[in-house]
Amino acid sequence: MPERVAVAAYDLVKVFHSKPEVRALDGVSLEVATGTVLGLLGPNGAGKTTVVRILSTILAPDSGHAAVLGHDVVREADTVRRLIGLAGQYATVDENLTGSENLRMVGRLTHMAKKEVLTRAPELLEQFGLDDAADRPLKTYSGGMRRRLDLAAALMSRPPVLFLDEPTTGLDPQSRHDLWRVIEELVRARTTVLLTTQYLEEADRLADRVVVVDHGRVIAEGTPPELKADLGTTVIELTLPDTVTATRAAVLLHADGAKVPVLDGSIVKLTVENGPKVAAEALRALDQNGLTVAGLALREPSLDDVFLSLTGHRAEIEAEAGDGDGGRHAEERSDRGPSGAAPEERGRP
Amino acid sequence: MTTTTLTPDTGAEGVAGAASLGRLRWAVADSLTMTWRNLINYTRIPDAIFFSSVQPVMFVLLFRYVFGGAIHIPGTSYVNYLIAGVYVQTVMFGSVSTSVGLAEDLHKGLIERFRALPMARSAVLAGRTAADSVRNVGVLTLITVVGYLVGFRVETNLGHFLLGFLLVLFFAYSMSWGFAIIGLSVSNSETAQLAAFPVLLPLTFASSAFVPVAAMPGWLQAFAVNQPVSQVIDATRQLMLGPSPLWSASNVWVALAWSVGFLVVLAPLAVLRYRRAA
Repeated sequence: MPERVAVAAYDLVKVFHSKPEVRALDGVSLEVATGTVLGLLGPNGAGKTTVVRILSTILAPDSGHAAVLGHDVVREADTVRRLIGLAGQYATVDENLTGSENLRMVGRLTHMAKKEVLTRAPELLEQFGLDDAADRPLKTYSGGMRRRLDLAAALMSRPPVLFLDEPTTGLDPQSRHDLWRVIEELVRARTTVLLTTQYLEEADRLADRVVVVDHGRVIAEGTPPELKADLGTTVIELTLPDTVTATRAAVLLHADGAKVPVLDGSIVKLTVENGPKVAAEALRALDQNGLTVAGLALREPSLDDVFLSLTGHRAEIEAEAGDGDGGRHAEERSDRGPSGAAPEERGRP
Repeated sequence: MTTTTLTPDTGAEGVAGAASLGRLRWAVADSLTMTWRNLINYTRIPDAIFFSSVQPVMFVLLFRYVFGGAIHIPGTSYVNYLIAGVYVQTVMFGSVSTSVGLAEDLHKGLIERFRALPMARSAVLAGRTAADSVRNVGVLTLITVVGYLVGFRVETNLGHFLLGFLLVLFFAYSMSWGFAIIGLSVSNSETAQLAAFPVLLPLTFASSAFVPVAAMPGWLQAFAVNQPVSQVIDATRQLMLGPSPLWSASNVWVALAWSVGFLVVLAPLAVLRYRRAA
């Protein structure tokens, strides 16, 4: 099949007329090639969910336009709805229905043939390891189980395009890895996926390309290796006994002509082209000045490093402390209230 | 789109063609699916069914025995007079669940998922109001049985009784679209409940539901006689008990007109509200 664009957004702008007015999207453009995964990466309130809501026809943009498989999300919304599956961090399923009933409901509302609904639902429940819980109401499910059912519901009609809005936020590591495996299988079957996440590890593992958004704008774009390459090829982490020594080391190494070192507690980070050589020089320089190095590590830069250098703040820490800046995000979902925030892993038997 | 290997291009064209066909048929099918879903919801909360049934039964028993001896209705017994009042009062209070249910769907994000599905836009509301009508059939039947046990007797015939029954159902159905608007307009389900009562209380109590309006002060009487709830109650009495100095056949036509009017005005407004609700 010729490589072509499955999802395209051009210059999307969305302003929420609340007090204060929130410019959720300020000209976002992106493209997802057919059969690939695009990771939309950014902290809470960056505008990720707004992008997904526009692409899935839930929300109309103030300006700009977007299309799924060539169909405009506003003018041809009904056609787009037949081509997409949507699963989100809020696991929007009916608590009083059983897993099987939820899937059948979504199947019927997607206008699948009756016979297919009846075969597809058990098939998905088995695929997602929910066959034992198929006939239990959703309120007895754990957070991870709900999330899997939510994803199963999005897949009922085998949509060629899938939107996953923070599919693993709040999940325990095991559930997260399970969900990743499922997504990887979908991609092998040529499903096009747009995935939003705050987890750099998730984007690194699943995404073919990454678009980084912050404050409603795209601030970087590329494959994970490209984004990392922009930063240098190797990260050297020198662990010093304490923060005071670390500060002295950072000043010393800066003066020594290396790239600007980043200080993180008692760790000094250098992002360089020639890792081993610079590391050896740095150790020698520190030794000559009587500074003891407690630990040394050389590694590939992670997307976390990329994010830090692009935005000046860490993705995940920002997300946790997000209540302040998250007013933007809260605004997007202010209609939902606290009850909307799905409690994670309630872990009922 | 039934094969495992997906070819987006053909898929897109295939479904686009199907979209222009049978829109109405799908709107009906989607509404039935939503009705089914809402009815299952009722059965999964059995205690809610129990307590919402207790209330009308208590109304029948309490009013029958507390006021039964004190209020004299010309030409019939108080319990005969009372039943139509409890019918309408119960379906009116029951329609709060239309508001609450929609507010919950909206704020739990379920409506967000529905919006991204190719289902008919009207189906969420049509399914909700239809399910509430099915529930009303159950509650009205229960009131009739309990009423019968404490002395309620139809004084016309079965056909007229059923017409009265249907009139109450139809009126409740029309009103539930109004309560849908409330549910879609408030910020959570608790508020939905609170917001519905200022509409409900004057309509159900400043009415001919439990006592003849003649005992009310003049200004209140003018409202109580003419407001739609009294009209429907008196129309039901006309159909189930026959003519009386307190009501007449004209109540039936006025009640029908109110019901049609509410439906024609409120249903499109509710759909409009649904389209705009965040």
